[in-house]
Amino acid sequence: MTELTQEQATDNKVWSQGFIKGMTEEGESLSEINPESGPLGGSAAKAHSHGGDSHGGGVGIPDSSRAGRLTSYKLADFPAITGREEDWRFTPLKRLRGLDRVGIKGQELTGAAPAVDVTKPDAVTVETVGRDDARIGKAGIPEDRVAAAAWENFTEATIVTLPEEYLGNSEDVTTLTLTGAGDTPAAAHIMVHAKKFATGVVVLDHRGTAVLSENVEILVEDGANLTVVSIQDWNDDAVHASAQHISVGRDAKVKHVVVNLGGNLLRTTPSARYTGTGGEVEMYGLYFADAGQHLEQRLFVDHSTKNCKSRVTYKGALQGDGAHAVWIGDVLIRKQAEGTDTYEMNRNLILTQGARADSVPNLEIETGMIEGAGHASATGRFDDEQLFYLQARGIQEDVARRLVVRGFLNEVIQHIKVPALEERLRDAVERELAAGSL
Amino acid sequence: MSTLEIKDLHVSIVTEQGVKAILKGVSLTINTGETHAIMGPNGSGKSTLASTIAGHPRYTVDSGSITLDGEDVLAMSVDQRARAGLFLAMQYPVEIPGVTMTNFLRTAKTAIDGEAPKLRTWTKDVKAAMAQLRIEPEFAERNVNEGFSGGEKKRHEILQLELLNPKFAILDETDSGLDVDALKVVSEGVNRTIAAGGLGTMLITHYTRILRYIKPDFVHVFVDGNIAEQGGPELADRLEAEGYDRYLDEETATA
Repeated sequence: MTELTQEQATDNKVWSQGFIKGMTEEGESLSEINPESGPLGGSAAKAHSHGGDSHGGGVGIPDSSRAGRLTSYKLADFPAITGREEDWRFTPLKRLRGLDRVGIKGQELTGAAPAVDVTKPDAVTVETVGRDDARIGKAGIPEDRVAAAAWENFTEATIVTLPEEYLGNSEDVTTLTLTGAGDTPAAAHIMVHAKKFATGVVVLDHRGTAVLSENVEILVEDGANLTVVSIQDWNDDAVHASAQHISVGRDAKVKHVVVNLGGNLLRTTPSARYTGTGGEVEMYGLYFADAGQHLEQRLFVDHSTKNCKSRVTYKGALQGDGAHAVWIGDVLIRKQAEGTDTYEMNRNLILTQGARADSVPNLEIETGMIEGAGHASATGRFDDEQLFYLQARGIQEDVARRLVVRGFLNEVIQHIKVPALEERLRDAVERELAAGSL
Repeated sequence: MSTLEIKDLHVSIVTEQGVKAILKGVSLTINTGETHAIMGPNGSGKSTLASTIAGHPRYTVDSGSITLDGEDVLAMSVDQRARAGLFLAMQYPVEIPGVTMTNFLRTAKTAIDGEAPKLRTWTKDVKAAMAQLRIEPEFAERNVNEGFSGGEKKRHEILQLELLNPKFAILDETDSGLDVDALKVVSEGVNRTIAAGGLGTMLITHYTRILRYIKPDFVHVFVDGNIAEQGGPELADRLEAEGYDRYLDEETATA
């Protein structure tokens, strides 16, 4: 009797925090996706990953702290990936098709990069440049072995430039359609450069079949206002690792949107760094994992300067056997980043049995002199009781399921504010729902 | 006039201990315009009857029939039953993330009527119905039942009753957990729907309190999966004075 009462009390407490019924707060749980194997597995490898750290941190900073994460342009600086690292523990390495083993046992990354088709307003320039172009590397530095491999192996880069004080509206969208060239492991490099006070929207639309490791540099100069939408709507067999490095200038605003829909394994790792005060970053993500798909989103916001703001909202739906979504939200507020205002949120909606969502928000705060810092994560199931409730009001089963999923994902779609894209994404959600035999 | 007829209904559920019979031959006929109170102690099968009529998948009908104007209700899916004119006000309404009340109500109304309601009159109707049930306008933009208090959830059940305008309403312990003020507001809502004409009401309750506000034409006492006694409103008065002990003693005596 007493036990029952206590259980009730706990339940009420959760409710009063405003969680959604059927939603549980996801804690960190160890994954068995990459079981420990051989002498390089486990803690030995973990400790090793700090060797040669070139970006501060070092001894004494745990593997899980983003302050201590190794960054380098050189593949050789990164040890082989074992799958037990904090950064890789959720990724099924066997399905990376060699992207993780470039430089090991003759694994190459020499396939053709995706073909680039461009539609753009006149004032925006899109160039293809060699890897020695001076602008490359201005916004980013690889943070993992796969990104470093791509950096060493790309032959040509595509650079999109929004000129100084360029004023594009939500209709003047620059779109790069990147069509995969096949399943030979390939590297690609994209740079989106918004010069001072430029305003505009750039869409990266990934399609076709590819095994691709990609670096996207997003360089946002002072006072610019840039929206970048990266859509991954590949064929079912595609594997894509995309490291998206955002450099936010003084008083600049960046809206970064990740849409992960199609592909066998997608691993998207956006990171934002502020180079001046007053910067604002909004990061949105929308993903829909079907049977057998692994969609992984790992983001990092590095608050290293004063008075900057960040908002992160990622929402995903999952359906089907083996559908797996991973969301890791790392936010670091460094000692000098006084006046920081940050909030990150992830919500997952599991529609069927057999799907799994891992959601881990990590907030590290090194100063108390901040405006605000918070995070939320919840994973819920669309369950039989919800279905019964809607059906008991006359709504047919398939309509009921769509109603819930549409409503859930719409919260992200309506923030994109690019009408043509919103429509396409709503259609894509409908397609996913139809494909899931709902 | 419509008739909801339940004949010799046997219902069981599957539990960890095996199959358990809950309803053991319930027969009950309700016509539109009538209000029937179903009363009884906990575990007597009242809520099972409600859920079975609505078609909850947890309950298995072993034998017997439920018909609505001669149509076989048991052959209909949950949503077909609702569209045929049955409405269940739930004892524990669930929260539905991602769906606003506005969107939900419009979708339900469209499903029930077979066509989308006229936007202008619909918006007006919803606002008026919400105001009468003392629901703050902001609830229209909130997700269905999400973060609602117990009383707020029950008011929203009655809001749906008023807007969807069914032939038969089954109110499953709508009075449970309500304070007197909320009980009055909810009862007024039910009475409005009854007065608007043609509603058959099955009022399932553990307490006699709600019967002061909603007057039943018939009272049925449920004990151990069957109707132990039936009568007029005077039976409710007797239950208020004596409680259910009389029936439970009888049961123990016969067992």
